[in-house]
Amino acid sequence: MKHVLDSVESKFEMFQILDENGKIVNKDDMPDLSDDELKELMRRMVYTRVLDQRSIALNRQGRLGFYAPTAGQEASQLGSHFALEKEDFILPGYRDVPQLIWHGLPLYQAFLFSRGHFHGNQMPEGVNALSPQIIIGAQYVQTAGVALGKKLRGNKSVAVTYTGDGGTSQGDFYEGINFAGAYGAPAIFFVQNNHFAISVPVEKQTAAKTLAQKAIAAGIEGIQVDGMDVLAMYAVTKHARERAINGEGPMLIEALTYRYGPHTMAGDDPTRYRTEDLNNEWEKKDPIVRFRTFLESKKLWSEEEENKVIEQAKEDIKAAIKETDKYPKQKVTDLISNMYEELPQNLKEQMEEYKEKESK
Amino acid sequence: MAQMTMIQAITDALRTELKNDENVLVFGEDVGQNGGVFRATEGLQDEFGEDRVFDTPLAESAIGGLSIGLALEGFRPVPEIQFFGFVYEVMDSINGQMARTRYRSGNTKQQPITIRSPFGGGVNTPELHADSLEGLVAQQPGLKVVIPSTPYDAKGLLLASIRDNDPVVFLEHMKLYRSFRGEVPEEEYTVDLSKADVKREGKDVTLIAYGAMVHACLKAADELEKNNINAEVIDLRTVSPIDVDTIIKSVEKTNRVVVVQEAQRQAGVAANIVTEIQERAILHLEAPVLRVTAPDTVYPFSEAEDIWLPDHKDIMEKVDQVINF
Ligand SMILES: Cc1ncc(C[n+]2csc(CCOP(=O)(O)OP(=O)(O)O)c2C)c(N)n1
Repeated sequence: MKHVLDSVESKFEMFQILDENGKIVNKDDMPDLSDDELKELMRRMVYTRVLDQRSIALNRQGRLGFYAPTAGQEASQLGSHFALEKEDFILPGYRDVPQLIWHGLPLYQAFLFSRGHFHGNQMPEGVNALSPQIIIGAQYVQTAGVALGKKLRGNKSVAVTYTGDGGTSQGDFYEGINFAGAYGAPAIFFVQNNHFAISVPVEKQTAAKTLAQKAIAAGIEGIQVDGMDVLAMYAVTKHARERAINGEGPMLIEALTYRYGPHTMAGDDPTRYRTEDLNNEWEKKDPIVRFRTFLESKKLWSEEEENKVIEQAKEDIKAAIKETDKYPKQKVTDLISNMYEELPQNLKEQMEEYKEKESK
Repeated sequence: MAQMTMIQAITDALRTELKNDENVLVFGEDVGQNGGVFRATEGLQDEFGEDRVFDTPLAESAIGGLSIGLALEGFRPVPEIQFFGFVYEVMDSINGQMARTRYRSGNTKQQPITIRSPFGGGVNTPELHADSLEGLVAQQPGLKVVIPSTPYDAKGLLLASIRDNDPVVFLEHMKLYRSFRGEVPEEEYTVDLSKADVKREGKDVTLIAYGAMVHACLKAADELEKNNINAEVIDLRTVSPIDVDTIIKSVEKTNRVVVVQEAQRQAGVAANIVTEIQERAILHLEAPVLRVTAPDTVYPFSEAEDIWLPDHKDIMEKVDQVINF
């Protein structure tokens, strides 16, 4: 009787290009990005870090609602997104608002989503995405469907989804990667392994040593990536996209990362389940710090430039919040009209009832 | 007697039964070290150890299936579904499996499981956290569905639920967790799972509700008193089974009824109660039985929830209609 688990598990090694010190450790896989593109990656990460800080502050002032902090996960979120094209369809989780923003969702709409206004969920024309999924895992099975649709229509684009380490425990996770594998559908499945599902450490989530290895049972490719390394995230995603479009099937990508903040802004207290030491350990791997070091060594980045991005972000956020405040308040009659293509009798009656209530 | 919030009363009940019965197991997402996202299981893992109070991986369907298996091994599982909006993930385990186990085993096996879950609106949550989905489980024969409205009832009903040999869905309205304190005896006691509670006696009109809407009814009753309308308020406490006797007794006295639920109007618990009343007491009625409910939309994105949720004013309006019919 031959046991294979050890030998299979040990094959999953973390893919990295830029190490913690900002040094290229893997020249062979260095992506072919122009200086401008490298700077754009940095710009997006810095901008998103500011957006996170401001969103947290705005939430505390009661000017935003539901918010899941993103700091620490910029490379994972934005490096992967940078390899996508406009026509790729994104099915994000609740923490993946940055990818939506860089896919074209205006900031004020992201803020409306946070406040719980339906307009935050209305993707503008040409923004190929769903609004963030709240039910963990649901987006994974749906991704198999979007990807199969693309395959049936012969579209040269991919379906892309994100979940967390906790999400890999859901049945939907397995069903999604298995279906996409069975159909050879062009899908990219991301697991942003930030090591905690709210308070539950990933070690309690599964006996598997890596989450990437879960691809094996579905018969698809899986890879573990340094999720704090924006170049590695970009390179792997680019590769997964090319394979998928060439009909080589879906891929599961596990990004090792960390969220610095609380799970959400609704009362989570990370000191109950994480140590200061662990936080410090991860902050040493910070995606922005190491990429800054790299860019500075190539004379592509300066403090001045970074400050410009920070100021720009702050200005944009201020303007967007103004626009959010100005947007007409959501009404119950709006909700009623969003229920069916044609209102059934009960809702027609209720529409009249609430119109009257709202006119008071 | 101690003054407790509802969440404290729930923790107290869990602690009591973990102590009383070594077969009681408490588990779910984040219930261990974190003490649950609402702190309902605060301190319990430290007190009873990781074998009795533990985190599960993130999968509601498996939390349901695990409970069924543990019950088959003679345990009394008390799983938590972190928010009841996630019940769709575990619907087969609850309605499709545990509710039917006694029946399909020809009464040779039972499922003494108590599924605890927060629900209810008014606390600004994202989608599928606040929905009132009690109708989905109330429709399933084989389950009991319990919804406390006070700290005292929460403890007594939870102890009765855990000791019950049939599966119970125990729904905890989030808005009531910490909004007020009430007297809760330190010793153990149970509240009958088949008895409604007359919260306030009255003679002019009967208001029937459960969960947070009981408090909206009490507020309406206070306001109505100022206009010399004397309302009786009934807290169902269990929406399956329904305590029809208490309802009918009240209807025979007041002859006018308004049934209130936070859930949408279509096919809900309130509709069932109206039917029971008209089947059993139509000749006692002076006016049609009216309902106060939310409209038939999906639970609103949070910005509109205050207008969407029924309140005491909506109740007073309907009372006015049944009084002046
Ligand atoms: C089906 C479902 N179950 C539970 C939850 C509640 N919940 C929200 S986030 C979360 C933890 C998710 O952890 P992970 O998948 O690792 O993602 P992260 O939040 O760390 O990005 C839980 C349990 C939910 N939203 N949906």
